[in-house]
Amino acid sequence: MSDQPLFSFRNPWFSASVGVTAGIAVLAALAGLIWLPLAQPDLKLSGIWDAICSAAGVPRVSSQGTAIQPDFKTSNVVMTSEMLKRPDQVSIGRGATLAQRCAICHGPQGVSDANSPNLAGQFAAVTYKELNDFKTGARVNVVMSPFAATMSDQDMLDVAAYYSYLPRVPSNNLDPKIPAPQIVTTGAPMRNIAPCGSCHGDIDNKAGSPWLGGQSAVYIKAQLRAFASGARRNDISQQMRNIARHMTPEEIDEVARYYEAQP
Amino acid sequence: MLTNKRLILAHFWLAFIVFGVALVLGAWQMFVRSPLNAWHFDPEFYYRSVTAHGSAMGYVFPTLIAMGFGYAISEAALERPLVGRRWAWAGFFLVAVGAVVAMVPVSLGLASVLYTFYPPMVGNLFYYIGVVMVVVGSWIWVALMSINLAAWKRDNPDKPVPLAMFANVAGSYLWGWTAVGAALEIIFQILPVALGLRSTIDAGLARVFFSWTLHAIVYFWLIPTYIAYYTIFPRAIGGRLYSDAMARISFILFLVVAMPIGVHHLFADPQVGAGFKFMHSVFTGLVALPTLLTVFTICASAEIASRLRGGSGAFGWVRALPWQNPIMLATALSLVMLGFGGVGGLINMSYQLDASVHNTQWVTGHFHLIFGGAIVIMYFAIAYDLWPHLIGRALDSFGLMRTQLWLWFIGMIVTTFPWHYVGMLGMPRRMAYYDYANPAISPQAFSVSMSAVGGLILLTSGILFLIVLIRGQMAAASEAGAYRFSVPLHIPVRIPVALNSFGLWLALMIGLTVVNYGYPIAQLMTLPQTNVPAVYVGASR
Repeated sequence: MSDQPLFSFRNPWFSASVGVTAGIAVLAALAGLIWLPLAQPDLKLSGIWDAICSAAGVPRVSSQGTAIQPDFKTSNVVMTSEMLKRPDQVSIGRGATLAQRCAICHGPQGVSDANSPNLAGQFAAVTYKELNDFKTGARVNVVMSPFAATMSDQDMLDVAAYYSYLPRVPSNNLDPKIPAPQIVTTGAPMRNIAPCGSCHGDIDNKAGSPWLGGQSAVYIKAQLRAFASGARRNDISQQMRNIARHMTPEEIDEVARYYEAQP
Repeated sequence: MLTNKRLILAHFWLAFIVFGVALVLGAWQMFVRSPLNAWHFDPEFYYRSVTAHGSAMGYVFPTLIAMGFGYAISEAALERPLVGRRWAWAGFFLVAVGAVVAMVPVSLGLASVLYTFYPPMVGNLFYYIGVVMVVVGSWIWVALMSINLAAWKRDNPDKPVPLAMFANVAGSYLWGWTAVGAALEIIFQILPVALGLRSTIDAGLARVFFSWTLHAIVYFWLIPTYIAYYTIFPRAIGGRLYSDAMARISFILFLVVAMPIGVHHLFADPQVGAGFKFMHSVFTGLVALPTLLTVFTICASAEIASRLRGGSGAFGWVRALPWQNPIMLATALSLVMLGFGGVGGLINMSYQLDASVHNTQWVTGHFHLIFGGAIVIMYFAIAYDLWPHLIGRALDSFGLMRTQLWLWFIGMIVTTFPWHYVGMLGMPRRMAYYDYANPAISPQAFSVSMSAVGGLILLTSGILFLIVLIRGQMAAASEAGAYRFSVPLHIPVRIPVALNSFGLWLALMIGLTVVNYGYPIAQLMTLPQTNVPAVYVGASR
């Protein structure tokens, strides 16, 4: 082969290929990092350096002063998939004692016919989050808010552990043969509604989503309506509000009856 | 001379078995998400199937073809037995075992993350280990190709490297470097989470790393096809290759500009700056260049063959081409699909046009037309051409071969054209279920049904392909002679050192990677608070 050294500017292949490649890279960088951003008046750039930083994706600290704060309390609980998965026996025992004052509405075994939510067998993370939201005011209820206000963080963890320890009890309207409504199995993609079952247990269970089987239909309906109207807004990132707003009243009735009839 | 025939055959057979299984899954997926099927099962099965189909078709099948074909090229073009035969078998078993290790958790529903991984989704540890084994096995091949070339060069200092081997080694280097992105993603980001050492992951950085692999991997799949265009097609139709130098330049261009372009997959991602998206877009545009060079050279080679056979006229020579020859047919159909797929690709890579098709079925249509169509049909052609030399029996079911190739072409067009169309209507990809009763979606029902029919045609063609190979296995023994590659019109005697070695081009490839990926990766690595909680697939969430 040719004896000419490869890496030498006297080799035309070397100088041409490196020159053309570098030329294209430089032109592309000039266009992409300087010319195109400056050509966009909406970006309101102050100069070339600003244009380069903007186009390179350097994050800018936005002014906190201008952020719009909500006029209501939002939930401060951070849900993770591993949260409260392993309760200890001491916590469950303490929770059993503390739960005596809950029994009047939620039943001595965590189940009641009073249309207050059945808590027996509910995921600990769910009960803990709701108690915490009642305490901080992210969720408001005339009966629950005063109870939660005096509870310590440990109290809430213990009560949640106790209720998750109790066995689930089916409702009086148990009917596992009732067919799953479409909104539960497939959702309504065109209204941006994911299947209920993809979070609430039929298909999959996601962090923070309560178990709904055997739950009072009156309670489920009331909560969906509260989410739809915005009366309840402690759902993280408006997950349930966005869904409930797009559900029809018939669908709300249907899912409430369906979940009450499930074990 | 092919001496390690069993090694080469093992690669091809395993590749086509994996391909057959994945093809059945693909056809099933087409059917269940179409209006032809009433939805009646857990969508998780669909994602399991998509993961298995993608992992098999994306990682295992083309890798085995490139490896097997690469070993065949090394022996036939360099005219000497393969150096490192034991290592080659070790690579093969790594790929084979890796494929099984990856597929077990996928079939159990523990790794339905799709073959592109999609962090923050994290699947079962063994899925990633299996994929890493496949990649490591293929890296052995990369090393062996380089070693075999070096050994040949040492013994033949004054001869130009045969074109087939030059292209083969270019493809192996491209793969060796492009696989680094996904390897970094798996080893440093996904595996610690899959092992439970960490519970959060920087999904944005992971996607940037994957884009490093994601686009150039397509050119790795494409290289065997291009090798077949340049070194099999002109010989098979009785002509000569129009230009040896043009071929070398095409493969060099792939090596240099196929790498720093992957961010065009991230146009809708917020973690990469618009300026870098533009730069990647520019280089993506440049990749059209080697393809245009190739189309020109191959058409010119076909014209040479036709005129040697007495073809005449400005376009009349096209009729004189040997259309009965399966390699002729496969190459022509491949170029048609490459044309349509390439035009679609130019739309995907344009920053603004992409916005209207990003993450729609258009994209699925695009890569099936290019990979499943233009590339895989040439894998069939390579098998048809190479098989008699590997098994010592003639493949003579020519009618069946032509039917198979035509069915593959028709099936791919019927599958992908409606996909492009529904993509323009806005149909999202990667969804198990569509409510066709909805007035906004119902106009797409016919097109989706049509593409499901295309899937069945492709399945039929795949079955025919296996029948051709099995019939060959049962034919009477006949010696096919030495395996030869096409001869260029002007046989190179002395060529510039740049067209005979890779140092300069590898330097440019790595340099461009640093220019186009350096800042985005460095920035994401140093930014605090970019991690998000991992979502474990198959675990209770």
